[in-house]
Amino acid sequence: MSELTRLTAAELAAKIQAKEVSAVEVAQAHLDRIADVDPAVHAFLHVSAESALAQARAVDEDVAAGNQPASPLAGVPLALKDVVTMQGAPTTCGSKMLEGWHPPYDATITTKMLEAGIVILGKTNMDEFAMGSSTENSAYGPTRNPWDLDRIPGGSGGGSSAALAAFEAPLAIGTDTGGSIRQPGAVTGTVGVKPTYGGVSRYGLVAFSSSLDQAGPCARTVMDAALLHEVIGGHDPLDATSIDEPVPAVVQAVREGSIGDLRGLKIGVVKEFSGDGYEPGVMVSFNEAVERLRSLGAEIVEVSCPHFKYALSAYYLIAPSECSSNLARFDAMRYGIRVGDNGERSAEEVMSLTRDAGFGPEVKRRIMIGTYALSSGYYDAYYGSAQKVRTLIKRDFEAAYEKADVLVSPTTPTTAFPLGERTDNPMAMYLADLCTIPASLAGHPAMSVPSRLSGVDGLPVGLQIMAPALQETRMYRVAAAYEVARNEADGGPLINRVPELEVAR
Amino acid sequence: MPTISRDEVAHLARLARLAVTEQELDKFAGQLDIILQSVAQVTEVAADDVPPTSHAVPLTNVFRDDVVRPGLTQQQALSGAPAAEDGRFRVPRILGEEQ
Repeated sequence: MSELTRLTAAELAAKIQAKEVSAVEVAQAHLDRIADVDPAVHAFLHVSAESALAQARAVDEDVAAGNQPASPLAGVPLALKDVVTMQGAPTTCGSKMLEGWHPPYDATITTKMLEAGIVILGKTNMDEFAMGSSTENSAYGPTRNPWDLDRIPGGSGGGSSAALAAFEAPLAIGTDTGGSIRQPGAVTGTVGVKPTYGGVSRYGLVAFSSSLDQAGPCARTVMDAALLHEVIGGHDPLDATSIDEPVPAVVQAVREGSIGDLRGLKIGVVKEFSGDGYEPGVMVSFNEAVERLRSLGAEIVEVSCPHFKYALSAYYLIAPSECSSNLARFDAMRYGIRVGDNGERSAEEVMSLTRDAGFGPEVKRRIMIGTYALSSGYYDAYYGSAQKVRTLIKRDFEAAYEKADVLVSPTTPTTAFPLGERTDNPMAMYLADLCTIPASLAGHPAMSVPSRLSGVDGLPVGLQIMAPALQETRMYRVAAAYEVARNEADGGPLINRVPELEVAR
Repeated sequence: MPTISRDEVAHLARLARLAVTEQELDKFAGQLDIILQSVAQVTEVAADDVPPTSHAVPLTNVFRDDVVRPGLTQQQALSGAPAAEDGRFRVPRILGEEQ
């Protein structure tokens, strides 16, 4: 494997600006790596080699001309989750419904990244329409976890997390509705950040649950995530829910955090995130992380959020309700596949046949649950109650943030589970989102950083750090301080321990 | 007693325009019942005096100036259509025999 693929995004960008290596060489090294390992990992649904090399050449021309770099990430390759539109490549959302669909426009974040000189390598695999926690719901087959190819890479953004852990890309974009950035980050030993709701534009993202969906940066280091966060963040007039405020200064926060001094900071441990269902290997890793934060000078306090135990239920009513409405657009008329149009059948019949053929089982389950929860007679009991729980969870957070500056928990209760283990048991699959959902419902920023490997199965564990709305800088500061201390104690970054993958050629 | 019967699931599928097969119905009926029984927990704490939250961040309507801005061309708009004719989306018949 080329050493270039082992470098961080920040290192690659610096080498490209110093003319030690060209952006084209960097892009080619990653494309070669994809050719070598992706037959086994299956992180990508589409590789855009030609356009990636063209984007890299443009960066090299800029460097040769002595121009200022377009951004601190100019020339760095990135893997884009297949729910984000980019012209010139298909966007399928991991669904048969959109097989071969070429979007006629770019998402705002795609435009921002291309303007920043980021080189987009291709589109990554995901659970269909971002519904799932394992990528096994992709219509194009699952992605495998580079730590153990028989295990899941998390979901829905398992393609993005696996691409990072397999050194196919140093940066990736994920989207997080209930944990789809953070849980894949945790189980692959990578960093995943869900910004404050509205912090990153949703324009050009295929909608799943509009009041929860949020795109965010994924990387192998906290600094790389912060650099990408500053590229994609910020107000977008094309997204009515976009926050009209400056992007939080997260890169500066990482620099401050890296000094390793958390004195004066209060970190809350959420009492409810432990007990039944939490693997011992995860809890040992988490408790050790908390002690490390204490040793950096932070004051550790216990907080109680009594309504968090209802968060999973509220989420699995709100998200399906919104998805049943959002996915009504797949009607076989304007885009996507059409099935059974024989000149006799009515539009409604064709629509029903198409939706049955185009959607997978999990999407159908959620559409039906949402249809049920929104139907008259059940609306108040289900959807209405879930919205009230959302209020109670926000209040729990408000009370907790009076005692603590940030909150921490394990990112997900278990390490990566074996492929197939939960595919026939939707409720077991939903439990993977237990710890990530509360911040989603509140719209707060939250991120996962690797903690120590589980002593039980030797697989990665994630530390989740949550912060109040728009307080990303606090969470990045803590993450950076923790990362430095963890790496020092552990003899290097966790990702260095990922097993070598067999090369296909 | 199940929260939701097989017939009700069939009705939901019709409402959601999903032409599910009998086999799918068998599978979904049991799964949906388990899921709905579990998520019904929300009713335990949803007291009358708790206001609902529909959005994470308080929203106000956003307006923009009423000026023309670039949109999709006709060709772009039709580029993903399963069928198009004369610059329009071609769709199956809308009305049934009895309508």
